[in-house]
This record gives sequence, C-alpha cells and structure tokens, in this order.
Amino acid sequence: MISDGVEDEEKWLAAAITGLQQNSFYMHRALDSNNLRDALKYSAQMLSELRTSRLSPHKYYELYMRAFDELRKLEMFFKEETRRGCSIIDLYELVQHAGNILPRLYLLCTVGSVYIKSKEAPAKDVLKDLVEMCRGIQHPVRGLFLRSYLSQISRDKLPDIGSEYEGDADTVTDAVEFVLQNFTEMNKLWVRMQHQGPAREKERREKERSELRDLVGKNLHVLSQIEGVDLDMYRDTVLPRILEQVVNCKDELAQYYLMDCVIQVFPDEYHLQTLEILLSACPQLQPSVDIKTVLSQLMERLSNYAASSTEVLPEFFQVEAFAKLNNAIGKVIEAQVDMPIAGAVTLYSSLLTFTLHVHPDRLDYVDQILGACVKKLSGKGKLDDSRATKQIVALLSAPLEKYNDIETALKLSNYPRVMEHLDDGTNKVMAGVIIQSIIKNRTHISTADKVEALFELIKGLIKDSDEKLHDEIDEEDFNEEQNSVARLIQMLYNDDPEEMLKIICTVRKYILTGGPKRLPFTVPPLIFNSLKLVRRLQSQEENAAGEEVAPTPKKIFPILNQTIEALSAVPVPELALRLYLQCAEAANDCDLEPVAYEFFTQAYILYEEEISDSRAQVTAVHLIIGTLQRMNVFGVENRDTLTHKATGYSAKLLKKPDQCRAVYACSHLFWVDDSDSIKDGERVLLCLKRALRIANAAQQMSNATRGSSGSVTLFIEILNKYLYFFEKGNSEISVSVIQGLIELITTEMHSENMTPDPAADAFFASTLRYIQFQKQKEGALGEKYEPIKA
Amino acid sequence: MVLVLAIGDLHIPHRAPDLPPKFKSMLVPGKIQHIICTGNLCIKEVHDYLKSLCPSLHITRGEYDEDARYPETKTLTIGQFKLGLCHGHQVVPWGDLDSLAMLQRQLDVDILVSGHTHQFKAYKHEGGVVINPGSATGAYSSITYDVNPSFVLMDIDGLRVVVYVYELIDGEVKVDKIDFKKTATAATH
Repeated sequence: MISDGVEDEEKWLAAAITGLQQNSFYMHRALDSNNLRDALKYSAQMLSELRTSRLSPHKYYELYMRAFDELRKLEMFFKEETRRGCSIIDLYELVQHAGNILPRLYLLCTVGSVYIKSKEAPAKDVLKDLVEMCRGIQHPVRGLFLRSYLSQISRDKLPDIGSEYEGDADTVTDAVEFVLQNFTEMNKLWVRMQHQGPAREKERREKERSELRDLVGKNLHVLSQIEGVDLDMYRDTVLPRILEQVVNCKDELAQYYLMDCVIQVFPDEYHLQTLEILLSACPQLQPSVDIKTVLSQLMERLSNYAASSTEVLPEFFQVEAFAKLNNAIGKVIEAQVDMPIAGAVTLYSSLLTFTLHVHPDRLDYVDQILGACVKKLSGKGKLDDSRATKQIVALLSAPLEKYNDIETALKLSNYPRVMEHLDDGTNKVMAGVIIQSIIKNRTHISTADKVEALFELIKGLIKDSDEKLHDEIDEEDFNEEQNSVARLIQMLYNDDPEEMLKIICTVRKYILTGGPKRLPFTVPPLIFNSLKLVRRLQSQEENAAGEEVAPTPKKIFPILNQTIEALSAVPVPELALRLYLQCAEAANDCDLEPVAYEFFTQAYILYEEEISDSRAQVTAVHLIIGTLQRMNVFGVENRDTLTHKATGYSAKLLKKPDQCRAVYACSHLFWVDDSDSIKDGERVLLCLKRALRIANAAQQMSNATRGSSGSVTLFIEILNKYLYFFEKGNSEISVSVIQGLIELITTEMHSENMTPDPAADAFFASTLRYIQFQKQKEGALGEKYEPIKA
Repeated sequence: MVLVLAIGDLHIPHRAPDLPPKFKSMLVPGKIQHIICTGNLCIKEVHDYLKSLCPSLHITRGEYDEDARYPETKTLTIGQFKLGLCHGHQVVPWGDLDSLAMLQRQLDVDILVSGHTHQFKAYKHEGGVVINPGSATGAYSSITYDVNPSFVLMDIDGLRVVVYVYELIDGEVKVDKIDFKKTATAATH
C-alpha cells in the first residue's frame, strides 16, 4: 500500500513538472515577444501546478523550486516592462485578475518585489499588503511555501536602517512587524498540520512537519539580521512577540524547535539581558516539551560565551544570571514531576558547567547545585538507572577537571552526599576518577583533615559496603583498584613531621577496615611512607631540655609493628617478613637495638611458623642474611643469637645446593668490612668448610641417584668465596687451602663419570683468569696471589 | 648500534606512584631494541608499560615482584656482548662489587646488570663491567639514602659499549656517559 503511494507521488510529481515545463515554455515564448497578456496567462497556468494537494512536503519542494526559478525570469521581464513605460501600479492590479488565488498571490508577490524596487511606494506599504493578502491561503503546505516565497523575495527589501528602502522614523518597526506577522502566520499553518488527517498517521505528519520547520525558523533568522533591531527593540518587541506565539500555539514540536531557534539565532549578549523573559516562558510551555534540553543548550551557549573572554563576565554578575538560571531550573524540575532523574541531573550538570565558567571562585554556588541535586535524589537510595548514574559521574567530574585540585572538591559539603546515591560499581568508578585526577595533577594532600575527607569520599574502594558483593568483583579490576589506592597513599605528604604522622595514622585507620583482601595492597605503601618519615627524623636531635617534642622514630616503630601484624589476618607471611626486615634496618639506623631485635624476632617467627614453601624459604633466608649482615647496632649476644638461627635455617633448607649457597652466604655474617669487631676469620672458614661438606654430600647423592657426578659449580662458588676472604686478609684462609680446592675441582672435572658442564667449565676458567689478573697486580695483592698455581 | 635500556627497582605502587614525568616523556616506544630490567616493578601494569616501549623485554625477579615466574638470573647475547641480569638481593653482601664480580664469572658474561641497592654504579674490572641502573622512580631504599631516580641506556656497537646514565637531580635530568671496550681476545672464551 505504502509503496503504491510513493510510486503514485512520483508519478504526480513528474506530471506536475511536465505541466510546469510546458507552460513555462509558452510563457518564455510570450516573454520573448513582449506579450504581457500571454505571459501572465501561461505563468498563471504554470503556477497552478502548485495548487496540488497530492504531494508530500519533500516533493512539493521540488516543484516549488522549479517554479521559483521561472518566477525570477518573470520578475526580470516585469522590470523591463516598467522601464518600457508600463505602470507598476497597473501591473500590480493586472496580475490580480488571475483566476485562482494561489497563482494570483505568487504573481502579486513577484510584482510586489519590482514595485518596492521602483520605490514608487514605501516598502512598508507594499509588504503590509502582501503579508495580509497571503492570508487567502489557509492550506498548511501551500501556505507555508507561499509565505516562504514572500520571505525570500522580501529579504533584501526590508526597510531596515541603512538600507535603500529605509522609511521614516518607525522604519525598523515596520520591517520587524512585517517579518513577525509572516512568522506568526507561518507558525499557525505549521501547527495546523499536526491536526490534519487521521490519528494513525500522526508519525508521518510529524516527520513531514520536521521537514518544513526551517521555513518557519528562517523568519527568526531574518529578524536577527535586521540591523535596526538593537537590544531594546529585541527586548521590548521582538522577543515578547515571538514568545507569545510560541506559548500560545500550544504545540510541542513548534515550541521545542522555536525555543531552540531563538537561542541559536540571537546573540548571547541579548540572551543574557533578556534572561528573565526567556526563562519565564519555559514553565508555560507544553509539559511534553523537552525543556531541559532547551535550557541545557542555553546554558551551554552562555558558558561558551563566558569562556570566550573575561571582559563579558561582569555582565553575568550584573544580570544575576546564576540566580535566574538556578531558579528557572528549580521551577522546571518542580513542575515536571515525572522528569526522569537523568534529565534532572543533566540540567544540574549544565548549570554546574555554566557556574564553573562564570563563577569559578564561588564554591558556594557549586555546592548549592550539588545540594539541589542531593535533594532531588533524596529518598531514592542507590540509583540503578545507568543513564542517571552516567550523568552524575559527569556532574562530579566537572569540578575535578576545572579545579585540577582535589582540595577544592573536598570543600564541597554536598559532594560526598551525591556520591552516596551512586550504586557501588559506579561509586568505585567515581572514586577511581578522583584518584586519577590526583595522580595526574601530582597534587600532594597535605593535612590529616583533608586525607580524612578524601578517604571518606573514596570509601567505596577502601572497604566493603554493607552488601556482600565479593563474588561479583572481577579480580583484575579489584587489583587495579587497590593498586590505585596504593599509589594514592604515595601522594599524601607533608614536610612537617607532626602533620605527616597524623596523616599516617589517619590512613592507617582507614586501611585497617579494608579486610584481608585489601591489606596486602594498602599496608606496604603505608609502611614505606612511615619509613621515609623515620629516616627524616633520624637526623633530628632531642631539644636542649631532653624532651622529645616532635614525633620521634621511637613513637613510629610501634605503629609500624602493629600495622604489619595486621597482615597476619590475610595471611601473607612472605610480605610481612620483608616488611619486618625493612623496619629492622630502619631501627638499626636509628640506633634502637631492642626495636631492631624485636623486628628480627618477628621475622624469624614468621619464617619458622609460616613459610614452608621451599623456594620462598630460599629467598627469605637470603633476605635475612643480607639484612643481618648490615646490622651494626647489635651487641655480641644478640648478634650471636640471630646469626646462629640464620645459619641454622640455611643448613636446613630442603635442597642441598640451596643449603650450600645459604651457608656460604652466612660466612659474610662473621666478616663485615666496615666493622672492626666483626672479623672472625675462624667462623668464616668454618662456614665455608661446612658449605664444602654439603657440596660433597650433594655430589654423593648425585652419584647414588643418577650414576654420575653432579656439577662442580658449587665447589667453584666456594672457591670464589675463599678468594674473597683471602683478599680481605682472613688469615685462616691460606694458600694451601685454596690450592687444595683448586686441585679438587680440577680432579672432579676430569673424572670419568663427570657429566660435561660447559657453564661450570667457563666459570672455572674465568675464576682462574681472575687469579692470574690478581697475580699481575702490583703491591701486596700481587704478592699474596703469587704462590697460587692455577 | 643497538640500544639497550637497563632499568629497575621501580617499586610501583609500594614505594612510588609512577615514573617521574621527565623520564616518561623520554622513554618512547620504537627507539629501544632491548629492555633489561633488574626487577621489583612490582605490578603487571608496569610490566605492560615496559612491554609497550619495546617487545624484547627481559626481567629477573625482585623480592617484591607480584609475578613469581620471573627467573632469578638471565643471560642474553646482544651483538658481541654477553649480558647477565640479576636483581641482586640474592648476592650477599648487598652491593658488594667483589661478590657481584663472582656472579659475573659464574654467568660468564661481559656485562652484569643488577640492582637492589637503588644506587647507580658502573664498575669496570678485568673480567668485565658491573652496572647498577639504580631506581627509576627514586624509591626508598634501606641501603641507600637520598635516592635520585635513574636509569641506564647502553649503546652497543661492535666491541664497544657506551653507557649513558640518566639521573634526575633536583628536578633536572643529568646525563653522564662511560665508555667500555671489549678486547677481541676475551671473545674467544
């Protein structure tokens, strides 16, 4: 059915065009032979094609354009005729003899154009006559196109100031009146289309109406171009008349389009100065009009205007733009009870953007807007409308982007309240946005109060909400979240140690509520921040009175201890061990022997009771040995106890090679270069010998289980250690001891059931080369090495 | 001419939030042929970032690394040079050059790159070169006070390697360079 209709339309259009072309052919013939009567006859017939009701607006437009082109030629002919002596007034009268009204009016307008140009009558009189005459056509489509024709040919002939058609003192009023009248009539015709035809074709009608809307809107554009329309005229005449029509037509399509048109077409300064008038029209519009989009457009334009130059800002203050807009929005939201939350938030968002541009220093305005938002959201709990939440995220992100400084956002009392209405997922997203903003701008949050406010804001990331949603959280997302919280902790800093300690305690308070899943992420950064503080305080001395004023390392270590202890709830013993050792080193540097010892104890307990994985044990033992080796704060007894334990752990590692390596590493516990008291040559040698025994045992095991000797690498490693201590001056390590080991290795390498090991070969070779290098050195070193045969 | 980036001990996010912006703007993808990383990144995000700079990424395990699968040591050959990589917490005493030289002999490499102390070092001895690129983020270290962010870029050309060290001192990037030449005879072992 429908495709039949389209085919039919095509046919009718083709027929109409043919008719038009035929008549225009004859018209041209008449024009060429200066036959006015025939020209008029054929042009009228040609224009009759426009009387059709069968075409949709789209197709009618095609027909109209062709007629338009023909009428231009006719107009030129009329001009020639008047030059030849034909009276324009006679012509004006002559064309009115055309049989049908529509052709008659097109011809009249065409002559009218020439009439005005001739200046035989004031433009305003001719225009007034024409605009009234067009009333004869009440059919919407035909009327709209006719009046559009009138508008087109009259555009350059309005009696504007400075135009050649300028009239008397009221000339601009006349011009404006003409355009306003045309506009009003056109709008009425346009609205009437809505009610033509059956209800089921409403959608099609609305689509057709949309196609025609620019014909109506054009009039507003013309009005904006009239030079003589200044602010006063706009405010007192133009705008009120336009709005009158807009409100009275009670048509949703027209109201939305025209409001938008007004906003787009007239200058921003005018809008500022007529804000009240414009806004007062809004509540009077049909409830179904999407007024929030209109208002958002307006605010966007004004925001851009404000951003364009600082010179215009005083205007905004002068007209109290913010108050008026805020008020208008409030009224709209109140009136449209069914407005979806997303819509209301969009409005507030636009107002917020506006405020950030115009009144960036007025945090109270920003807070006010957020407060209004909170009010609208109150009672709604957590939103599940994704469009609304998206809008809220945009709303909350705007101040962050504008101020580039989280501290400003923290001052907005309503900010956290808005966040509370986000569902958990979006709340976390928003918290992430906040953290990103801080890290990107490298802002340091510098007081405990601000840290508190910040952590309140992002508490969705810090701890679980009341609902248990553990299973739904994607592990990768969770890790990313928590890592960003860890990064955030690095941004909390103050030079003043007292304030820094307060910050640390505040952070600690929050992260300890995070639960076992979060602690491994959040505890380490806090510990290291605290250790940095400890190091800063190390250099500070007690004041003269012997009292400790500022925080001291002594006060911080207990906090550290307790915080690491919290990790036992997870549990992550390997991480905790590392942190205890870090603290031990810091305590060592602060000369606090009991504290350092306590940390070592904790680390050892963890090792004995919690770390059972072999590989983890190997790393842990090396960390213990490496740390202990650097300790200088321990007295003999303490050091002995800890060293004894460490060597014990080393010897009890599962795999023989690991045992061997850990044991010879322990040799360094008995020899510290910087210290005079820790240079026990005997114990060093004992360690190395023990390592040798283990290496031997490893070889035997290899023989027994695999039938071939294992690698000699361990022996070579131990040889290197011998050389190390030999060079350092350990008298227990003699040339013969070294020589013996070299021979042992050489024998083993040439033995029959030796599996070839190129890596070991290369290692031995480079070790021997090293000995040669050392021999060639001058002085005591060269002498020392001289007796070694390699 | 092969460019090798030696970098490590970033400790993100435990001890530092990110690379210094001046470093980040210098490290662009496509310019470097290899990255050798001493370890302690610590998280996957940093791994992915380094990978985006250069697909040839070699990492050894630091004691705080999230990914436990990185190896303890690694060796690779670039041009005429054999390079060895190890985080360094396994070599006791920490930072001791003689003990590191032993590891170098054991891995049989011309250049040993290791970290852990967060202090830049470039040390030449008859057996080769030991390089510590320091901490690229200037992260806290129990071993070194006042850590300046640093990393190393090696330009390997034939038997010669030029070591450029980039250090961020008081907000400015300072560059220093050290030349090392490998003797041809050493190549025959």
